[in-house]
Amino acid sequence: MRNYLPLRLWSARWALALLLIVAVFAAGCHKKPPVQPPPAPAPTAPPPAPPPAQPTVMEFSAEPSSIERGQSAILRWSVSNATDISIDNGVGTVPASGNRRVIPSDTTTYTLRATGPGGNITATATVTVTAPAPPPPPPPTENKGTLESRIQSDLKDAYFDYDSNNIRGDARTALTTDAEALKRIFADFPNATIMIEGNCDERGSAEYNLGLGDRRASAAKDFLVSQGVPADKLKTISYGKERPVCTESNESCWQRNRHDHFSAGQ
Amino acid sequence: MKRNISVLIMLTALLIAAAATLFGQDIQAWISGASGKPALAVVDFRASGPASGFMSAFNSTLWNDLQNSGLFEMRPKSMYPLNNPQRPEDIRPEDNHQGYALADWSGAPVNASHLAFGYAAAQNGVFVLYGYVDDARQANAQSAQLLGQRYAQDLNEEGAIKAAHAFANDIIQKFGGNGSLLGSRIYFISDRTGTNEVWAMDWDGGNQKQLTHLRAKPPGSLYPAVSPDGTRVAFTSYAYGTPRIMMVDTLSGRILPFYNQEASLNATPSFTPDSKQIYYASTAAGLAQIYVASVNGQGFRRVSFRDAIEMEPKVNPKNPNILLFVSGPGNQQIYQMSSNGADIHRVTNGEGEAANPSWNPDGQHIAFSWTRGYATGNFNVFVMDIGSRQFVQLTSGAGRNENPVWAPDGRHLVFMSTRAGRHQIYTMLADGTQVKQLTTQGTNRFPVWGVQ
Repeated sequence: MRNYLPLRLWSARWALALLLIVAVFAAGCHKKPPVQPPPAPAPTAPPPAPPPAQPTVMEFSAEPSSIERGQSAILRWSVSNATDISIDNGVGTVPASGNRRVIPSDTTTYTLRATGPGGNITATATVTVTAPAPPPPPPPTENKGTLESRIQSDLKDAYFDYDSNNIRGDARTALTTDAEALKRIFADFPNATIMIEGNCDERGSAEYNLGLGDRRASAAKDFLVSQGVPADKLKTISYGKERPVCTESNESCWQRNRHDHFSAGQ
Repeated sequence: MKRNISVLIMLTALLIAAAATLFGQDIQAWISGASGKPALAVVDFRASGPASGFMSAFNSTLWNDLQNSGLFEMRPKSMYPLNNPQRPEDIRPEDNHQGYALADWSGAPVNASHLAFGYAAAQNGVFVLYGYVDDARQANAQSAQLLGQRYAQDLNEEGAIKAAHAFANDIIQKFGGNGSLLGSRIYFISDRTGTNEVWAMDWDGGNQKQLTHLRAKPPGSLYPAVSPDGTRVAFTSYAYGTPRIMMVDTLSGRILPFYNQEASLNATPSFTPDSKQIYYASTAAGLAQIYVASVNGQGFRRVSFRDAIEMEPKVNPKNPNILLFVSGPGNQQIYQMSSNGADIHRVTNGEGEAANPSWNPDGQHIAFSWTRGYATGNFNVFVMDIGSRQFVQLTSGAGRNENPVWAPDGRHLVFMSTRAGRHQIYTMLADGTQVKQLTTQGTNRFPVWGVQ
């Protein structure tokens, strides 16, 4: 049936309804300006500039990240959108990308600060510093001990063959170590002198052994001086066979008594 | 003909020289005195009145002094005849073996070559001794008398003992001995107070007295030497650190000045025969070498110039130009040199290790320590004729026997030994007999024998 109505008639009805709605709407809003269409944009104007980008740190690293004291690490960085880049802890202003060798003495966190039109940003890289494997021993001055304790703990006796003052192999090894130990002792005790005591076993005559013990002590002194120990810091004394460390009559005891021993000089 | 005679003379001279070497200089005979040791009979002396109470002490002292001298073969009293002469007038040509004839003493069973007799009396409160020695082999009593002497002492036992010592001393000197040991002193090192100090004692071990009081740290004081005049003892001491030579007055114990040259050691001093100089070892130029200085250490000069350890210089008492010393390297031996350092040659034959040479007062014999025939370190006392190099061993095997030093009489030796454990001091006769231990307290070492 609806199809039956002519189109014009249907449109008229809707036009009438529309008029009615407008009339009602107009009746409720008296001073309303007339609606205008927006102005059309100019057809040739450039596109508006995008907002400035934030600086970006693409890389900031330390390699290796853990070192022993005294070794070095490499800081690497790469930064974009920044005009001013600096790293603290003494590195200073740096270019946008690069690397720098650092030798921190303690564990250090480096902060990279990048500033650009879009803002600023920071990044950090840490170099962990560990104590070196054999610490150079004498640093703490309050822990150097007494001269006597150092002589006892640091210096090894030199041993000799019967009726001989030759510095044999084991004595050479001992005295080579002693030379370095003596240098450290003299560094810690600048006024000290060290006495080298020459001793003999019980077998030779007492008087001859006095001369032999003196020769053993001076042989050790000569060797130590050749290793750089100052001669005026070393004194010698012979005890012949008067100060045995043991008194048995066998070779193991005799060997123990054929030795140079160290003591604090007077 | 002339030539034949000269060849004959030369041959004879050679034979005599060979015989002298074979028999006359034999060291064994020398040490035992076998070549003419007098067989001595000594009667018991008697006295009357106040002196008689001291005669037991007198007789034992006289006998011991003569026996200890080592000069005599003492004939035992149990074999003596009934009668003992007291005065020269008692001697008669014949007594039928009853004792008043010299033949009674020279014949069996006494078999004495000499007879000592005499008597004592109290005269005006003084002990007076009349002592005689006769050659018992002489037929004529007048020409038989070798010694007739009067001695006066206090009238007490001490006086009687002094008279016995004096008479014994005269007898010993009459027979070529260097007097008795009476009054001689032995100086040595003892640790009985805790530190090694110089001590002194009588020749028989009596009257032991501390001479130094240095209280030096161990090893204290060592290696004494007594001056031939007996007034000083030089020694080696650690009292001031490194070993250095010190000197002490034997009478007062006062330390006398001695200048030590700069060295890690100045040691083993000994005196020249005139007591005016000191030989010693010093490391002033490196190795221990021999130096000589005046008795106060001043004016020292080096004697030897060798690449060797040299210790224990000992000057010949008869010839101050001859010096013995002990030297390495290698096994230590005894060497001889002139006092100007020339003519160095080895005295011991290179066997074992040798040390501690001590000159007999005759300047011809030495006593020394030697390990010959024993393990290293096992020293024994030897005596050597320095001219012929003949030697004889006096001790054997019983511990270490070292540091022999002649007594002023030239017949006795003092030495140290570990035969009873720790080092102690002993004396013995030059033939190794009559060994006596003189010390027991602490460890006692390095004896030397002085005239006073």
